[in-house]
Amino acid sequence: MDAILTYSFLQRALLAGIFISIACAVLGVFLILRRDSMIGHGISHVTFAGVALGLLLNLMPLLTALIVAVLTGLIIMFLRERSGLYSDTTIAIFSSLGFALGILLVSLSKNFNVDLFSYLFGEILAIEAFEVWLSVALAVSVVGIVIINYHRFMYLTFDRESAKVSGIGVNQLDILFTVLTAVTVVLGMKIVGILLVSSLLVIPAAAGLQLAVSFRQAIFISALVALISVVAGLFLSFHFDLPASGTIVILSFIFFLVAFSVKKKRS
Amino acid sequence: MDSSVNKAEILISVEDISFSYGNTQVLTRVSFPIYSGDFLAILGPNGSGKTTLVKVILGLLKPARGKIHILRKPQQEFSDWGKIGYVPQKATHFDPHFPASVREVVAMGLLSGKKSSRPNKREEEQRIEQALKHVGMEQYKAWRIGTLSGGQQQRVFIARAIVNKPRILFLDEPTTGVDIETQDQFYDMLDNLNKNEKITIVLISHEIGIVNKHITQVACLNQKLIYHGTHGEFCQSEAFRQMLAAGHHLISHRH
Repeated sequence: MDAILTYSFLQRALLAGIFISIACAVLGVFLILRRDSMIGHGISHVTFAGVALGLLLNLMPLLTALIVAVLTGLIIMFLRERSGLYSDTTIAIFSSLGFALGILLVSLSKNFNVDLFSYLFGEILAIEAFEVWLSVALAVSVVGIVIINYHRFMYLTFDRESAKVSGIGVNQLDILFTVLTAVTVVLGMKIVGILLVSSLLVIPAAAGLQLAVSFRQAIFISALVALISVVAGLFLSFHFDLPASGTIVILSFIFFLVAFSVKKKRS
Repeated sequence: MDSSVNKAEILISVEDISFSYGNTQVLTRVSFPIYSGDFLAILGPNGSGKTTLVKVILGLLKPARGKIHILRKPQQEFSDWGKIGYVPQKATHFDPHFPASVREVVAMGLLSGKKSSRPNKREEEQRIEQALKHVGMEQYKAWRIGTLSGGQQQRVFIARAIVNKPRILFLDEPTTGVDIETQDQFYDMLDNLNKNEKITIVLISHEIGIVNKHITQVACLNQKLIYHGTHGEFCQSEAFRQMLAAGHHLISHRH
């Protein structure tokens, strides 16, 4: 615990990690139940191009990544609704395209490989003060918007047709949900990196869904698993000099295994 | 043909509706009214356009021709969707692992397009209790929806559809897969909602010969409207005999 008081970089990492992990877990429950677990994977790969663009143009990578992620999320949503393409096909096309674009942009400049690696694999312990506050603000906004629209999102996820008949603006909610997912992917990227961000969205939520008997419980357990994984992961990585991203993801997977075993035992 | 003309207010007016999926014509110039207090069965064989018609009425599909009026308003201008309850055909085909309690599922029905229409917490709980009581499921409030039987789930979905105190309730094939005895209890429950709660019921069934003491009106569809009138007259009608001759199901319930 002394480490928290001593090292400001650990304080920053913890603060950002706590808020971002909760936002990821909350969104993750909806994503899994909407059968859309891979959307995070798709958006994150395109985010790579966004980060590369930011670094190339000397703009703030978090901002360019955010714009690219939101646009990509909306394009994926639009295409799978209108083009007749399967959801996983659309995501596969965009994740490959995004990464390819990222590689091309990287090849245009040879100077930012180190920075780019921190985005690919995550470097929460190196997060800067400004990024912390931006991340916290965005994470709080994501969770706040989900809380405000909680019942509508739940209805839409459970029974889209009836939700539509009840007069809920399902198309507007879809757009809002996609934007929230894109923002959350970019936030998660700061903790575990582009390559592992979908795990932060999916694994804690999958653990929560093993144990919950109500939607509220699923959200709560998922958020708890994400929170403990990030906090414990940060301490373990600090003490044993391990990469934080990998440690966090492996810890959350262990929680998932425990939850899965408990569910099997119950049934 | 229609003995209910003088009876009551028209809640929904279906006017000259045609609909096609691509080149396949599904509905051709269908017109009929739904009156307040009706227990209407929309009957017809599989593929006759029953579900499509209800989806057109509810605004889920756009007709190629014709108009719908709901509570005297053109459907496009109608916004008080809380007045309409709907239990879709595949309501019970949800993910059985979905972590929603019965209470949470019923509470979904409190939502409607009107933001101001959601009641306060106390009233919300009362309405949920009451809706569950109407369908005989109050003791299952904390259960996970996926752990209930198909018939119980169907009751919960009806509770969700009536929790907002609708004026009209649409049920698409609600008794599919339910045994005859349970179906009788089910129709008694719907009759209670119709008579005591004053909810107009519109029920879709492919069992064209459905003989039930509670049904007052029948609209028989086979792409076109073949018959619309009282249930008693329907059973004597040429349309009924023709459909039976074509081998469509006859399901008999107690009179």
